[in-house]
Amino acid sequence: MSLDNLTRRRALGLGLGALVLTGCGGGGGPRQQAAQQTGAQATAAPTSYTGPAVSLAFWNGFTGGDGPFMKKLVEQFNSAHPNIKVTMNVYQWADYYAKVPAAVAAGQGPDLGIMHVDSVATNAARQVVLPLDDVAKALGLTEADFSPPVWQAGVYKGARYSIPLDVHPLGMFYNKSVLSKAGLDPESPPKTGEEYLAALEALKKAGVQGHWATPFPFTGSMQFGSLLYQHDGALFADDASVSRFAEEPGVQALTWLVELVNKGYSPKNVGQDADFIALQNGKAAFNWNGIWSINTLREAKDLQWGVAPLPQIGTKPAAWAGSHQFVVFKQRAADQNKLAAAKVFINWIGGHSIEWAKAGQVPARKSIRDGAEFQGLKEQAAIGSQIDHLYFLPSVAGIGDASAVVDQAINAAILLKKSPKDALTEAAAKADKILEQNRKKYGA
Amino acid sequence: MATITAKASRTGTASLSWNGRATPYLFLAPYLVLFCVFVLAPAIFGIWVSLHDWDFLLEGKPFVGLDNYTALLDPGSAVYADFWMSMRATGIFTLFSVPFLVVLPLGIALLLNRPFRGRTFFRGLFFAPYVLGVAVVCLMWRLLLDPNLGLIDSLLGTDIAWTTSTPWGWVALVGVTVWWTIGFNGVIYLAGMQDIPRELYDAAKVDGAGRWAEFRHVTLPGLRPVALFVVTTTILASANMFGQSYLLTQGAPGGETRTAIVYMLDVGLSQYKMGSASAMSYVLTLVLIVVSVLNFRLFRGRS
Repeated sequence: MSLDNLTRRRALGLGLGALVLTGCGGGGGPRQQAAQQTGAQATAAPTSYTGPAVSLAFWNGFTGGDGPFMKKLVEQFNSAHPNIKVTMNVYQWADYYAKVPAAVAAGQGPDLGIMHVDSVATNAARQVVLPLDDVAKALGLTEADFSPPVWQAGVYKGARYSIPLDVHPLGMFYNKSVLSKAGLDPESPPKTGEEYLAALEALKKAGVQGHWATPFPFTGSMQFGSLLYQHDGALFADDASVSRFAEEPGVQALTWLVELVNKGYSPKNVGQDADFIALQNGKAAFNWNGIWSINTLREAKDLQWGVAPLPQIGTKPAAWAGSHQFVVFKQRAADQNKLAAAKVFINWIGGHSIEWAKAGQVPARKSIRDGAEFQGLKEQAAIGSQIDHLYFLPSVAGIGDASAVVDQAINAAILLKKSPKDALTEAAAKADKILEQNRKKYGA
Repeated sequence: MATITAKASRTGTASLSWNGRATPYLFLAPYLVLFCVFVLAPAIFGIWVSLHDWDFLLEGKPFVGLDNYTALLDPGSAVYADFWMSMRATGIFTLFSVPFLVVLPLGIALLLNRPFRGRTFFRGLFFAPYVLGVAVVCLMWRLLLDPNLGLIDSLLGTDIAWTTSTPWGWVALVGVTVWWTIGFNGVIYLAGMQDIPRELYDAAKVDGAGRWAEFRHVTLPGLRPVALFVVTTTILASANMFGQSYLLTQGAPGGETRTAIVYMLDVGLSQYKMGSASAMSYVLTLVLIVVSVLNFRLFRGRS
């Protein structure tokens, strides 16, 4: 009740506070300033910092099990670099994305941070983050050091705005005991659509609903996207001029998920996280979930589980993935020493991202991914083997607004409220209008 | 010379005697300043924002006139369907939650106002859920009400999709909200009852009034100002419902239980279309003003 009021007031306060703060900021300055800031630092040394002691504020949203791993890395960095002191602040991602632009607008922004790759273009368009082409150049980083889609995803309107830290794809987690109980080989989970459906049929006969189809974005929308790209479809046209998810591949993908419910391979009305809980308590055999689930499942005692790449249901392999990327925030006045130190930090963390992989991530850097130590992390390596088949949203400002529309369509279809085709067609019309609005707002 | 001094000293005493003309305003000033800076000014500024295509970080904030408002009435716009679906959700929730949140706490307050052993314990018990945060309440109930794994369905031996279907989603949202906030209105009623003079009850007894007549002719009229407060704040709070829809049902199925505030927050602070979101919040505000005025009329009409 009054707590609702509170929440609302806080939300409004945040927006209005930000409005008031911008009112104080100058008008035309930021763009020129951004250009100056980046022009000068190209000459700075890429891997070591010898200037006066500086402190860097590093913000991110690692509130889960990943937080302590990053904190440890930051502490190691600090002790290895006596003249750079990095302080890390952690917020819930949702708060973070609301807070950071307001802080930057007020001239109180952090020095550097992490963003999900699909937020980079929007924040570049809104001038929250700085172009980093020269950082990439100074560090000698190229596409070949990562993987083409991950590297390209950080480019907006011809300029690079982010440096990849990791990718976190979807994988197929499975409960070995449940598979054995249904007479399936727990050491060789299904790899194709036929094998997958045969396994689900066997499980059904054993009284287990094998794949709980969740209607919620986590991870229902990710499963839909993976299937869509497996059927050679796409969420949007490459230039994001129109949406494409309602075309035939999209209908096929969503129909496949809905059929899981209709054929009794999944219960109806799967709640948020119920699919993941069902995997752990033996009520389900499979759960397509993010790589971040590895450490959660490790903590579950007596659970025999494994993870494999997603089975290939469509005509080609594909999987959803997110990617955490480093960004540098715009400041009122550029501090060359801080920029140089930030560069060293980004490079150092990237180079030590094997530690980060242990948090349940796939390092973006190819050299680390191919190294023996990463291949020794059995689960991470299994999911990481999908690296060449990952898809990312087009790097267009406001793309998240349009992709959120798909979530509702998936929700309505899996809850059997609308047919897959109707739900997707309606959503496509809405998404196209949002894309058009955004072209007008951010400039095509 | 002497008179002037006398006069000066007299005015001096007057201003110290707390009776000066400016005194009430001076006492109100601290709140008035906060009110103007944090409520009035942003509210007026919001009207200005709603007439623009506004993103606080973009340099161009083009003036669009009433476009943000007409879009809400144009079935072909990007926001029409979602906005009215969310207004409908807010309307349904308010319609079904307010009667329970007004009547049930009154019953509880009546019971808790009677002398019995353990009264203080029960007063605390009914108020207890109110101290929990919305996230705690909703995460707990989301697991308890899970359609396939939840304890509630298993206890009832039912198979109800509390969090993913309508109308059961509404039952869950209203039920959880009542459980969570019933104690707050209960305490307000209880305080109101303790303010009703004892003598009125004695007089009623002398006149031969029974329990029901006492309630009908003494308690209820005595609670009128309190009830007006409870009804008004409860309607506003229900119309502003956010957390339960955001966390318990996540708008399922297909956005049917997504409330207006959740949608506005999405448009304004996720999509950064603050002009459009401001226009929406003014439409909601207008509706709430009309409802509040009707409410005041209704209570005044009875007296």
